[in-house]
Amino acid sequence: MTALPTRKLEAFRYADIDALSSVWEQLAAPRSIQIAAHKKVQQIWLPNGNDIEVRRAEITLEAGAEMSLFALNNARDYGRIELDVTLREGSHFTFNAANIGAGESNLEIVTTVRHDAPSAVSRQVVRSVLGGKAVGSYLGKVAVARDAQQSDGEQSVKAMLLDRGATANCKPELEIYADDVKCAHGATVGELDPNQLFYAMSRGLDPASAKALLLEGFVMGLWDDAEGSDAICEAARAALKVVTA
Amino acid sequence: MNERMLSIKHLHATVAGKPIIDGLTLSVPAGEVHAIMGPNGAGKSTLAYVLGGRPGYEVTEGSVTFDGRDLLALEPHERAAAGLFLGFQYPVEIPGVSSLQFIRESLNTQRRARGEAELSGAEFIKLARAEAAELGMDAEMLKRPVNVGFSGGEKKRAEMVQMGIMRPRFAVLDETDSGLDIDALRTVGREINRIMRAPDKGVLLITHYQRLLDYVQPDKVHVLSTGKIVRSGGPELALELEREGYAEAAA
Ligand SMILES: Nc1ncnc2c1ncn2[C@@H]1O[C@H](COP(=O)(O)OP(=O)(O)OP(=O)(O)O)[C@@H](O)[C@H]1O
Ligand SMILES: [Mg+2]
Repeated sequence: MTALPTRKLEAFRYADIDALSSVWEQLAAPRSIQIAAHKKVQQIWLPNGNDIEVRRAEITLEAGAEMSLFALNNARDYGRIELDVTLREGSHFTFNAANIGAGESNLEIVTTVRHDAPSAVSRQVVRSVLGGKAVGSYLGKVAVARDAQQSDGEQSVKAMLLDRGATANCKPELEIYADDVKCAHGATVGELDPNQLFYAMSRGLDPASAKALLLEGFVMGLWDDAEGSDAICEAARAALKVVTA
Repeated sequence: MNERMLSIKHLHATVAGKPIIDGLTLSVPAGEVHAIMGPNGAGKSTLAYVLGGRPGYEVTEGSVTFDGRDLLALEPHERAAAGLFLGFQYPVEIPGVSSLQFIRESLNTQRRARGEAELSGAEFIKLARAEAAELGMDAEMLKRPVNVGFSGGEKKRAEMVQMGIMRPRFAVLDETDSGLDIDALRTVGREINRIMRAPDKGVLLITHYQRLLDYVQPDKVHVLSTGKIVRSGGPELALELEREGYAEAAA
């Protein structure tokens, strides 16, 4: 077992080290997920319900493989999703995830996506809804190797803060050694749109229901393309109820 | 039944601290449709928002009663539950939320507040389909996110579908006719009559054009200018305004 990380490490700069230390000894090695060439795989990661949940995976997509990963990060105290993804030629990786937290939750998503060979595509969409004193973070590095021409990497990160004490951290990062690549990232932190809120209330929704519905729209779009998304939608809805209560 | 279903007295209101409504008095008895016309910037939409209870629109003086109740004391959603419907000049887009879900949750929240039974999923879908059909709107459009990607005219028709489903007692319709093509204008006019013409209902119809009033015959026409009603009359007043313009007619 390696030593407990400190916040000096870039990938742990927002981590809850105390929470991490309480599970560090029993922490399983990162899951190794290999997607064979031209195989197509979907995974949905639901929270396991523990107060502290750390999920780590090392994923390799062989040439022409496709993976869609849908995840909900929602542990009560500390939730961390850590991905190290390697993309071979022409593979396609989609990661759509939500941090939904209230109270003192610290939720973070830390990804490294390595475009190792030409023409791979990565799409990361992260939505955070944070209330109370919750902290939601996204640290995402897209690394494009020297000969990985025609790489296409996108990161879209949006956070909604419901209370003054809530915090969103967002750090998309590009490390590009090839010259013919298309990489884009966008990040916004916002509050609910007052026009939308008034429109919903004028139709009869009380303020709490109106907020919940607007937030649902903000999050649920993540799972539009997931097959069998009922459970994750249900879990996200329940999590949103807690945040807006 | 209430003689003065909606009664506005000496109303003064500010938007972002700026006085816009300036001593406005107006009553609509049950069973009547009143039109409000007036130049751009006169305060028509402001009046609609004040009646709807929009945050930031502050009443500084005067009163508004709805069926004898103090309307201004109610929250926006309580006004909806009391039977008030606001048709927006610019209907709002809500990405990620389907129209069906939006309307159903709104309607059921209203019904709960009134102590009525909620509609089941099946009952609601049937109602929504029927109302969309009346407006000549493809029911598939209701599966899309609220107003997202709708044309200007489609948004206005969607407002009328919502009104048809919710069956309010009183509707304030802010330029529901603008952006509609000729056929849609006729359909919307017919729908306002179908949904809202009843002895116990009332309508305040804000419009710039006589055309809609050909279909929805108003009982009264009022001219709103710089925050107050400067003239009132019968349907013939709208024709006179169209002929002579506001400057002449208001003089
Ligand atoms: N948020 C705001 N801050 C400052 N002034 C505002 C605000 N909203 C509206 N106003 C002003 O209030 C006045 C009345 O606007 P309102 O939208 O009610 O006019 P209207 O009669 O509906 O016009 P139109 O026919 O163009 O729709 C205008 O002068 C407008 O500029
Ligand atoms: Mg207006």
